Amino acid sequence: MSNSLNSLLVMVLMLNLFALGTSRISSVIRTVAMQGALLGTLPLMLHGHISIGVVFIVALTIALKGVIIPGMMNRALRDIKIRREVEPLIGFQSSVMLGALGAISALLFAGLLPLAPQHADTLMVPAAIATVLTGFILLITRFKALTQVMGYLVLENGIYIFGMLLVDAMPLVVEMGVLLDLFVAIFVICIIVNRINQAFSSLDTRRLAALKE
Amino acid sequence: MAFFFIFYPVVMAALAALIPSDRWRPWLLPLAGTLHAVLTGCVLARQDPLSETAWLALDPLGKVILLVVSLLFLFCSYYAAGYLRLRGERPNRVFCVCLLAFLGVASLAAWSRHLGLQWVAIEATTLVTAPLIFFNRTQRSVEATWKYMVVCSVGIALALLGTFFLAYSALHAEHEASLMVHDLVQHAPKLSKPWLHAAFVLLLVGYGTKMGLAPMHTWKPDAYGEAPGVIGAILAGGVTSCAFLALLRAYHICVAAGEAPFVSRLLVFMGLFSMAVAGLFMVGQRDMKRMLAYSSVEHMGFLVLGLGLGAPALFGTLLHVVNNGLTKGILFLSAGNIHRAYNSKSTEQVSGAMRRLPLSGTLFLTGFLAITGSPPFGPFISEFMILNGAFAAGHAVVGALFLVLLLVVFIGMGAAVLKVVQGRPSSAARGTSYRDSLLTGAPMLGLLAVVVLIGVVLPAPLAALITDAVHFLEGQP
Repeated sequence: MSNSLNSLLVMVLMLNLFALGTSRISSVIRTVAMQGALLGTLPLMLHGHISIGVVFIVALTIALKGVIIPGMMNRALRDIKIRREVEPLIGFQSSVMLGALGAISALLFAGLLPLAPQHADTLMVPAAIATVLTGFILLITRFKALTQVMGYLVLENGIYIFGMLLVDAMPLVVEMGVLLDLFVAIFVICIIVNRINQAFSSLDTRRLAALKE
Repeated sequence: MAFFFIFYPVVMAALAALIPSDRWRPWLLPLAGTLHAVLTGCVLARQDPLSETAWLALDPLGKVILLVVSLLFLFCSYYAAGYLRLRGERPNRVFCVCLLAFLGVASLAAWSRHLGLQWVAIEATTLVTAPLIFFNRTQRSVEATWKYMVVCSVGIALALLGTFFLAYSALHAEHEASLMVHDLVQHAPKLSKPWLHAAFVLLLVGYGTKMGLAPMHTWKPDAYGEAPGVIGAILAGGVTSCAFLALLRAYHICVAAGEAPFVSRLLVFMGLFSMAVAGLFMVGQRDMKRMLAYSSVEHMGFLVLGLGLGAPALFGTLLHVVNNGLTKGILFLSAGNIHRAYNSKSTEQVSGAMRRLPLSGTLFLTGFLAITGSPPFGPFISEFMILNGAFAAGHAVVGALFLVLLLVVFIGMGAAVLKVVQGRPSSAARGTSYRDSLLTGAPMLGLLAVVVLIGVVLPAPLAALITDAVHFLEGQP
């Protein structure tokens, strides 16, 4: 059980590095979609038995994280002319290095936090923290609005991994609330992405610089 | 009761979406605001025992926040009706729907005794207020809305991670993982300490972003600067108070766990840092609304500082939530009127507001005096209590810094405010059509009356409410 779980989490970590290393926005979207879909299957691995409710959650998560949100992003991408992230704050290779460093420090930090016996031999906590850090790196160092939204999604994925530790204890309602909020947040961001495009004829957030001291 | 509080604004929001007339739709706002204030009055007057298992129940902390939100919304809703009449050229469907929905989710935030539910409510306040900031549809408002959404979404995501950490700290202690405030406070001493510390840091950063504590305040001047004045009031008094409630819950749990020294250090540092940053940016500020935003950063700093000082300053801190919310209402509404009359919010173009708009100009000046802690207004009492608390808790250095920063802000803000209200209005400003009217003037007077009332007599029911809340936080029945 924990073997297959850990190999899935290692794949998630690899996808993090891949998202950091690519300049094509469409491949960032594809990477994050794949990560989301992989994470959607987590509840199946964590639960001993498979009930209708679990299957429903899994299907919903995969649909949202793997299909609907990436679909919205791709549509926004089609409407604009930008294909690549140019001149990020730090280069792509350095971002990958930074992401790897983040993963290592996540492993070290997670060692300081005591785990409940049932989670002791899984990589859940370091994977969650490393993914959150990856999301931060994408948010801070990239300037295209779409890549920043992807960064936010990666951040959410990290939080989702951690949420899975509590899947038995937390009521369904809260999970649904989290997913709903994710969807609405992305939806609003998508609308704004369209607006930025209309108003500034570019999705470069560096253009958003009228408001400063 | 709780369901009614949360659902009737949502139903009215749906109704607002259905009404086709831009002229009549805004009147739903005062209707909803008045009903909410009456209901809040009834709920606060009743002394129901607090249910321990209900997800929705009103504890003393929730009562304080509900009171602020309800009072502020009541006055702002009348103002909004007057404001939207002046802005007849713009469709107001989204504005009304979002503002009504805000009332619903803010009530949910005040009522929820479940941290997950509370998180959902606070995230929802971000979502429903974003279109309000975007009301003017200028390039600058797009930029402000974008920053607001990105910064607050990331902050609130960290708060979710913090909430999960908190749940895990209970799970690790081999308790049933629960996010009910009551359970967490009861089992607080047994919670796993490393997880609790990490959770508090994440919650402070996350909800601190939503409150606008430095250095996560970057969205605030932009959003407050570009949003209509009435939305600035709602954000500065309503949204921030809801986020502060979430922080209060985290504080409550940590203190019950015996971690007061750890959280105090963090809170005092964040508070002083926010005040210092606000003071720095307020000196020489040329934009009225951005100046008010930094004043909001400063007062959020007061709140977390007061919380960090602990028992001696708690009463002052909770009273300051009320005072800050209502006084910010006066300031933002009058700044909105001045902005309308001058078509500018730059202190270089706006002058002579007391001649051009006798009511709004005077109230802007009065609001400034009130918020910077001059007697006989409410904030004087609460700021004095926090200062007193600092010395009583043995933090003389903190108290001295607090005084110095108060003085810096007073001078910085005063210079800008005096430029706005004194002198002669330019001829361009005399030519605009805006005059103070009943709907855009009276709500400010109402807010002022409450602020003066608190400053002069401190009504006994309010004092009792806050004493209850302090005892609740300290864990005495």
